[in-house]
Amino acid sequence: MPVLDRGLPIDDRWTDLADDQDMPADGAVIVSLERWRADRDALTARRDAIGVRLKSNQLATEISSDLGSLSLVALEFPKFRDGRAFSAARELRERFDYKGEIRAFGHIIPDQYLFLTRVGVDTVVVPADRVGPAWAHALKEISVAFQPALGREEGTSLLRRHLKGTVPA
Amino acid sequence: MLVKAKGTQQSVAASRLLDGEAVWLGTGNIWVEDVALAAVFDGADAIAEALCFAKAEEKRQVVVDVYPLDVEITDQGTRPTHLRERLKGIGPTVRRDLGKQARQPTA
Amino acid sequence: MPDTHSPALRSNQPADAHAAVYRYDEFDKTFIFERVEQFRAQVERRIKGEITEEEFKPIRLMNGLYLQLHAYMLRVAVPYGMLSSTQVRRLARIARVYDKGYGHFTTRQNIQFNWPKLEDVPAILHELAEVDMHAIQTSGNCIRNVTTDQFCGAAADELVDPRVYAEILRQWSTLHPEFTYLPRKFKIAITGSPNDRAAVQVHDIGLIAKKDEVTGRVGFTVYVGGGQGRTPYLAVKARDFVPVEEIIGYLEAILRVYNQLGRRDNIYKARIKITVNEMGPAKFLGLIEEEYARLPRQKFHVDPAIVDAIQTHFAAPPWADLPAVSESFEAAKQADPAFARWTRTNLTAHKTQGYAIATISLKPIGGIPGDAESSQLETVADLADLYSFGEVRVTHEQNLVLAHVRQDDLYALWQALDKAGLGTANAGLISDIIACPGLDYCALANTRAIPVAQRIAERFADLDRQHDLGELKIKISGCINACGHHHVGHIGILGVDKKGEEFFQILLGGDAGTNAALGEIVGPGFDYDGIIDAVEVVVNTFVKLRQPGEIFIKTLARTGHAPFKEALYARA
Repeated sequence: MPVLDRGLPIDDRWTDLADDQDMPADGAVIVSLERWRADRDALTARRDAIGVRLKSNQLATEISSDLGSLSLVALEFPKFRDGRAFSAARELRERFDYKGEIRAFGHIIPDQYLFLTRVGVDTVVVPADRVGPAWAHALKEISVAFQPALGREEGTSLLRRHLKGTVPA
Repeated sequence: MLVKAKGTQQSVAASRLLDGEAVWLGTGNIWVEDVALAAVFDGADAIAEALCFAKAEEKRQVVVDVYPLDVEITDQGTRPTHLRERLKGIGPTVRRDLGKQARQPTA
Repeated sequence: MPDTHSPALRSNQPADAHAAVYRYDEFDKTFIFERVEQFRAQVERRIKGEITEEEFKPIRLMNGLYLQLHAYMLRVAVPYGMLSSTQVRRLARIARVYDKGYGHFTTRQNIQFNWPKLEDVPAILHELAEVDMHAIQTSGNCIRNVTTDQFCGAAADELVDPRVYAEILRQWSTLHPEFTYLPRKFKIAITGSPNDRAAVQVHDIGLIAKKDEVTGRVGFTVYVGGGQGRTPYLAVKARDFVPVEEIIGYLEAILRVYNQLGRRDNIYKARIKITVNEMGPAKFLGLIEEEYARLPRQKFHVDPAIVDAIQTHFAAPPWADLPAVSESFEAAKQADPAFARWTRTNLTAHKTQGYAIATISLKPIGGIPGDAESSQLETVADLADLYSFGEVRVTHEQNLVLAHVRQDDLYALWQALDKAGLGTANAGLISDIIACPGLDYCALANTRAIPVAQRIAERFADLDRQHDLGELKIKISGCINACGHHHVGHIGILGVDKKGEEFFQILLGGDAGTNAALGEIVGPGFDYDGIIDAVEVVVNTFVKLRQPGEIFIKTLARTGHAPFKEALYARA
């Protein structure tokens, strides 16, 4: 499925591996948390980049001690209304200082895209029939933010400017 | 709260997407604003077929919030059996000057 | 034009120059118009079929737009209940141009329009944005409009004016990237008076602002996990004192724990009150403290400069130096008993000598609780300009308030209100009923609520009888979602569907105030006709049992429910 970065489709190097799919000889793979735990040695032995998928009920703490081995963490939205991944992403960045790629997949709508980037998500996976200008547009619709978060810098509200640590230099 | 329809005679209600007006599926697959003119579907197959059409209308951005409701046939036309659905056909009982009840009956 | 004491009017400033509403700066304006255009585009995408109704629904809800029984309904935010007269006139205009000439004030201090068209909503939101208003987050599973004490900044009993903090919370919660897809809606209330008029203990988070007696620092007692609905809970105290600088960080911690651990498998168990009580308050509060301890607190530190900057929007109006006693006021009370009666119920002590707080009843006998016609809104705006610095407040009891009226002006104010059908002397009395819209408007309701309120008010129409009964709060909900606050009514009424018929249960002993309490169902329900008689039986029982000067809730506390139960069901 197409992967969007900053609203546009990118060439994706990752293979999203189902639990019953055979491991390819090489190339970057994304596996479930369960498979990562079961096949950790085999995965690290491949010397290719590793990503792990978290279901929405799997908190960031489940993976926090492994983050050094992971180039990507993928967060699932089983339904777009299930907003747990927003906290998971933010915890990965803010609490665990994770610098790798955070990817959102599942049922996501363009209207959530800006929020996703603001909690530290880099890329989103979108069904092919849903790729369109709405995604890039969604990042530009609102230029002001009222609370400190992650991601790109927005225009700053009175509150935001005065919240410590975010006053522009 | 919406009550699940379980009778043998049912109609199909919805709201028009653009203005939110309550409508019912009439005969000939036309949406009507007067519940008395709602088509009555008899038996599971007819009800399922009507719902199928209504759901397709939802996909065509004509209506939203499609659901079946129990009705009976009276001399005045189709009458919902449940209070909620009857009120939907009338308007607020505390403002008789508003909603469908306030409209002049068309000749 | 009548005489005015408005310093603004006399100096050619806008009449509402001193109204204590948050006035948008350039960033706020940029944001609000961007938001309108965003919704306009979303509506277009919906109409073209680029997004499904399932996907559009949460988007429209977060812009205040519901689909109800007869039509769409737009709920406009009135942040912490504060309005300028300019804003009130704009609401009147919107009601007239886009709706059916009236609006309905809600228990969350907001206003609803019952008949907008989807196509018109972007234009309505644009009109609102022009006067620094919006409908953002008045619905949906996000942080809702923050509510507070309708007498803030004016009440004699207030310790801390909560509005500046309510505004900080409004801004912080607006389009919060992490907390916009919560398990369920999230309501915050804040008060700064020891006499709680904001029902903080039945909110997801309740804040009581106070000053540390030793250091003079302002902070909040934080309650969490309260709520009404089908499983009512009073909130538990999370912390006795969180200083202002730390409040946003602390709320972030609560919301993050809730967003991760709140139930998403069952809509009826998704509120934070259920999370708190299924987990046990001790464990939940422990998780909050752990989360708070590791948050980058510095990032959320509320700089005193921000408090000062926002505080300027809520500066006290230029009150005049007045004598404590107004001779004209005293004379008018002597001369006009109807006015005197109104002053007994609809006035509250002001902190400034010579002023009073006036409650405008939106509960005329037989009227729809909380409804106001466009012309009435315009009358209120005009009177606010003349007599109260152009400022109007909305109460959670579905009334309006002019907070700074000179005692000298009260008689003229009341006469004008009375002429417009807004002068009923019943604030806090048996006919000052909270009622949800019920099945007359609401798609979720099981029964009607408004006509029950109307018929109770008509049964007790005699104002002398109402005044004799004293404070008695009736709250009516048309289903267990409890939008009519029946759990905290002195007499609560809950409508239930019994085989397609409307039935009504009576609850006794609820209290939304400082001594918050949840009412208990007294026994089997009554039908649509019987409920009015049943309420009268309860009231008559109280009259028989009361001691001199005792109000209903005190009598009930003293006697217990037994004599009321007996009176209601003896014949059965």
